[in-house]
Amino acid sequence: MASYIGSATSRVDGRAKVTGEAKYAGEFNVPGLVHGYVVESTIPKGRIARIDTSAALEVAGVIDVLTHRNRPQMPDKDDAYKDEVAPEKGSPYRPLYDDRILFTGQPVALVLAEDWEAARVAASMVKVEYQKEPHVTDLHAERSRAFAIDAPEKPRGDAEKAFASAAVRHAAEYFIPTEHHNPMELFASTAIWEDGRLTVYDKTQGVQNVQKYLCSVFKMKPDEVRVMSPYMGGGFGAGLRPQYQVVLAVLGARALKRPVRVMLTRAQMYALGYRPASIERLALGASSGGTLESMQHETIAVTSQFEEFARNDTGWGNLLYKSPNAKFEHKLVKLDLPTSCDMRAPGAATGVYALECAMDELAIALDADPVQLRLQCYSERHQGEDIPYTSKQLRECYQQGAAEFGWDKRNPQPRSMREGSELVGWGMASGVWEALQMPTTVRIVLTANGHAEVATAASDIGTGTYTIMAQVAADMLGLPIDNISVKLGDSTLPQCPLEGGSWIASSVCNAIANTARGVRGDLLKLAIGMKDSPLAGAGVDDVALIDGKIVSRRDATRAVSIASAMQSGNADRITREEVNKVADDKSHARNVHSAIFAEVKVDEQLGVIRVTRVVNAVAAGRILNPKTAHSQVMGGVVWGIGMALHEETLFDHRFGRVMNANIAEYHMPVNADVHDIKVIFVDEPDEIVNPLGIKGLGEIGIVGVAAAIANAVYHATGKRVRDLPITLDKVIQFN
Amino acid sequence: MIPFQYTRANDVADAIKQIATDPSAKFIAGGTNLIDLIKYDVEAPSRLIDISHLPLRSVEPTSAGGVLIGAMVPNTDLAYHPLIEGRYPLLARAILSGASQQLRNMASTGGNLLQRTRCFYYYDTATPCNKREPGSGCSAIDGVNRINAILGTSEACIATHPSDMCVALAALEATVHVTGPAGARTIAFADFHRLPGNTPQRDTNLEPDEIITAIELPPKGFSENYSYLKIRDRLSYAFALVSVAAALELDGDTIKEARLALGGVAHKPWRSTAAEAALLGQRTDATAFAKAADWLLHGAKGYGHNDFKIGLARRAIIRTLGQAARGKPQSISDKKIR
Repeated sequence: MASYIGSATSRVDGRAKVTGEAKYAGEFNVPGLVHGYVVESTIPKGRIARIDTSAALEVAGVIDVLTHRNRPQMPDKDDAYKDEVAPEKGSPYRPLYDDRILFTGQPVALVLAEDWEAARVAASMVKVEYQKEPHVTDLHAERSRAFAIDAPEKPRGDAEKAFASAAVRHAAEYFIPTEHHNPMELFASTAIWEDGRLTVYDKTQGVQNVQKYLCSVFKMKPDEVRVMSPYMGGGFGAGLRPQYQVVLAVLGARALKRPVRVMLTRAQMYALGYRPASIERLALGASSGGTLESMQHETIAVTSQFEEFARNDTGWGNLLYKSPNAKFEHKLVKLDLPTSCDMRAPGAATGVYALECAMDELAIALDADPVQLRLQCYSERHQGEDIPYTSKQLRECYQQGAAEFGWDKRNPQPRSMREGSELVGWGMASGVWEALQMPTTVRIVLTANGHAEVATAASDIGTGTYTIMAQVAADMLGLPIDNISVKLGDSTLPQCPLEGGSWIASSVCNAIANTARGVRGDLLKLAIGMKDSPLAGAGVDDVALIDGKIVSRRDATRAVSIASAMQSGNADRITREEVNKVADDKSHARNVHSAIFAEVKVDEQLGVIRVTRVVNAVAAGRILNPKTAHSQVMGGVVWGIGMALHEETLFDHRFGRVMNANIAEYHMPVNADVHDIKVIFVDEPDEIVNPLGIKGLGEIGIVGVAAAIANAVYHATGKRVRDLPITLDKVIQFN
Repeated sequence: MIPFQYTRANDVADAIKQIATDPSAKFIAGGTNLIDLIKYDVEAPSRLIDISHLPLRSVEPTSAGGVLIGAMVPNTDLAYHPLIEGRYPLLARAILSGASQQLRNMASTGGNLLQRTRCFYYYDTATPCNKREPGSGCSAIDGVNRINAILGTSEACIATHPSDMCVALAALEATVHVTGPAGARTIAFADFHRLPGNTPQRDTNLEPDEIITAIELPPKGFSENYSYLKIRDRLSYAFALVSVAAALELDGDTIKEARLALGGVAHKPWRSTAAEAALLGQRTDATAFAKAADWLLHGAKGYGHNDFKIGLARRAIIRTLGQAARGKPQSISDKKIR
C-alpha cells in the first residue's frame, strides 16, 4: 500500500464543503431559535449616558433588548475573563458589562427577536446617548507615549557603539498599517440551553479555549458546557480568543432560556482584533566586507488601553544573521481601540518585513548582491541562545529559489530593466517562523471491520487538518484512507491546543502516531494470544500495521490480519488515547525558513504595480500533503501581495472610526492582482524536531513576501517605499 | 433596515403613477447599490417599486443612425451586445471596467446612472455628510479623502460619481430619455448629473417622480480610435482613482474630432469643451495631449490625501489619448496597462 503521508491527497472534507453539507457556526438551526443583533457604540471613548430601548421593544417579533443594565449577572474579576491566549497584562474586554465605552464598534446592546430582520430593524431604533471623552487612535500622533515592554531577545555586546563605528550603515523606519483578518465566514455563535446544559456552536480556532472561558464567565461546570466548531471559513488568528459574540449569545440564551444565535455583520467584525499597526526601526552596521557588526530592531506597536498585546517583532534577526552586537526593543502605544491580536505570522509578517527591507538597503549600501549578503551573514546557530537548529535548509532555499527565478540574470542597477512602458524589478527576502509542538491527546477507536475513528479537539480552520489527520492515521494503522473518519472541533473530544502558531500539524500528527502505536500494541497482544501465533515473541516496535495486517518488520510473511486478531481476542473495538511527547529540550532552535523572490512591473508614468512572478522556496521539514501544503503557502504569498500593495484599515482619527469597514473598500488582492506563483518545498529531513519531522506551514507562506515585493519595487523604480501599502502615489511624485 | 412595502410596476405609466402617490418610495431595478444603502441605514424607503420587469430591455438601432438602449438592459448584456461591441467599443470597455461580473449581471443601464457616491462618509451614518444629511457638514474635506474629487467640488461636498459606464456615455454625448407625470423628455448627458454646489443631496436633474426609460447613443461611435483607461488601487473590483474615456476622429495623424471625459475626479463625469477644442487640428502627439490635459484639469484642487490625483489624471489623459490615437485601446482582460 502506498504511503498517504507525503502524497497529494485531496481534502477529505472537500465534498461536504462544496455540497453545503458542512455546517458552520451560524448554520445550526434549532426549534425556537432567537436571533440576536448587536447595537454598536458609535464613539471610541466615554460613557453611556442613556439607552432608550422602548422603540426597539415595540417592533413586532422583538423579545428583549439586553444592555449593561438588565443583562444576566457576570463576574467582576478580570481572571474570570482570561482565556488561554489573553495577554498577560490587562483587563479583558467584557461585553455589556458596564457603561464604559472603550472603542468604536463595542457592543452596547443586544436585540433579541424571533427573526433576524426584526432584530436588525429594532437595533437601528435603540437610542444611545453618550458622554464623550477625548480619544486617541493614531499611532504616529501618540508615539511619544510609547512604553517599553520586556524585549523577547536579550542584547549582545554594544550595538550602538558598533553601529557608530561600522564601515557601512543603514538605519530607517518602516511602517505597517493596521490590517484586519477578513475571513470569509462571519463570526457567529449559536447557544442552546437544554436541561441546564449549554451547547454552543462557535466560530473559533479553539473549542476548548472557548469552553473553559464560558465555564469561567458563566460559572458553569466543565461537563455542563460543550463548544463545537466542526468547520471554519477562515480564522487567520481572528478566532484564537473567544470573541464577544459568543458571550452575547450565551447571555441572550441565559436571559431568555431559549437558543440564541448572534451573527456579526462584516462591518461589526472591524471592531474585533486586528494586526496592530507598527513602526519598525532598523539599524544595521556592517564591515566593508559585508558582515554584520551591529543589528538593532525597535518596534512600536498598537495595543488597547486595557490590555497589552505584543508579539515578537524584533527577534527574527537572531535566527537569520550573525552579528556580534545586537539590541532589540519592543514598545507599545495604548490607543482607544479594541485589543490587537494575532494575525497570520504575528510579529514575523511585520518584523521580518522591516528586517528584510533593511537588509536589502544594506546590500545596496555595500554594493553587494542581496542573496550574497544573506549568505555571508548566514547563521548556523540561533544567535541569541547560541544553539544549533534541529535543521535549517535556508541555504538550499536561497539556491533553489534563485535558480527557479533566474536571479543570476538580474542587473543590480535600479531602473535598469524595462519592458515597454514598464520598469521591471527583482527583489528577494528571507522568511522565518517557529516549528513548535504543543501537548495534544488523540483518541483512536479501531473497530473489527477495519475502520478507525481518530479524534481530538482540534479545529480545521480551512487549512486541511481533517485531511492530514486521515492521512497519518491511515498510514499508521495500515488502513485505506476511506476507512478513517476524523472527528474534531468538539470540546468534549480529547485535549488539543488552539489551531495557531503553525503547531497543529506536528502536534496532532505526532499524537496520532503515538496513539496508533498503542493500538498496535493492543493488537499485537491479541495476535500473540492466538494459537501458534506467527508473531509470538514480537514487541510492539518489531511489528507494523500494513494493509490491514499486523506484520513482522523482520519477516513480512509473519503476519496476522487485524480482523482475526480482534476476533480471536473477542474484541469488537480497540480504544486508545495517547499524547504526543513534547520534549522540554532547549538544546536546539526549532524553525522553518523560506526564501522569496519577486518580480514586479511598474508602469513608469502611472506607477501601477503588478507582481508578475513570485517564487517561494520553503524548508519546513516533512511535507505531509504537497497539495494542501502548496495551497497553504500560495495563500500566504497572496496575503503577502496584499500586505505589500493593498491592505490598510483606514481610520478617521477625528472620529476614532474605521472608514473602510467592508471588503469592497478594504482592499486585498483579487485574481487580476495575482499572477505566477511558484512554491518549492526544499527537502529537509529532521529527526530532532519531533518523531515525524513535521514543522508546520501555517505562517511561513506570508513571511518575507511583502519585503521581497518592496525590494523589487525599489529595484524597478529606484524609489524606496517603507510605508505599507505601496500604492502608486507613494512610488511616483505626481504633482 | 426598516420594513418597507414592495410593489411591482407593470409598465412605465404604472411606475410613474405609483411613485407619485408615495414620495418616500424608491424604484428598484438591479438593487446593486440601493440594497447596500438600505442595509447601512442610509436609505429608508417606505416602498420599493420594482421596475425590473418593465419592457425596457432592448438595444435597437435608431432611424437617426444611433442606438437606443432600454433602461432595464443589464450592464453585462449591454457590454457584450454586438451593436455596442462593434460600434461603441468605448462604452463596452468602460462597462467591463466596473464592478464584478456578478454585479454587472444584476445592474441595469438606468440604475448605473443613478448610483450614489462611494465616499466613505456617505455610508457611515455616525459621521456628518451633507449628501446624506444636508447641513450636517462634509467630513471628507478634512478627512480620509484619497478617493474624493479634485474638480467641480464645493465647500459642501467633494464626493465623486462612481460609474465607469457614465464616463463613456459622457464622452459619446448620449441622451437620457425620461418619462414623468408631464410626459417624456430628453436630457443631454452633460446635463444629467449635477455638481454638488449647495445641494449635494441631489446627484442628478432627474425629478423624483420621473423614470429613466432609455439611453440614446448618437451615430458617431469612435470605434476606430478610442480607449478607456481606469487607474485604481488594485487591478480589478475597485472604484477608479482616475479613469479616462478618450475618443478621436483622425485624418492621418491630425485630430478632426476629440472627446475626453474623466471619472473618479468629480461629482459627475468631467468634460471640458476647451480641452476637446484644443485638440482639434492638432497632431496626435504628447504635446497636444498634455495641453488638452491641462485644459481638462484646469482649476483642479486636492484635499490632502487626493492631491496626487491631479498629476495622475494628467498622465492618464496623455496615456489614454495615445492609446486611442494608436488604435490600441486598453483592454480590461489584459492584466497590464498598455
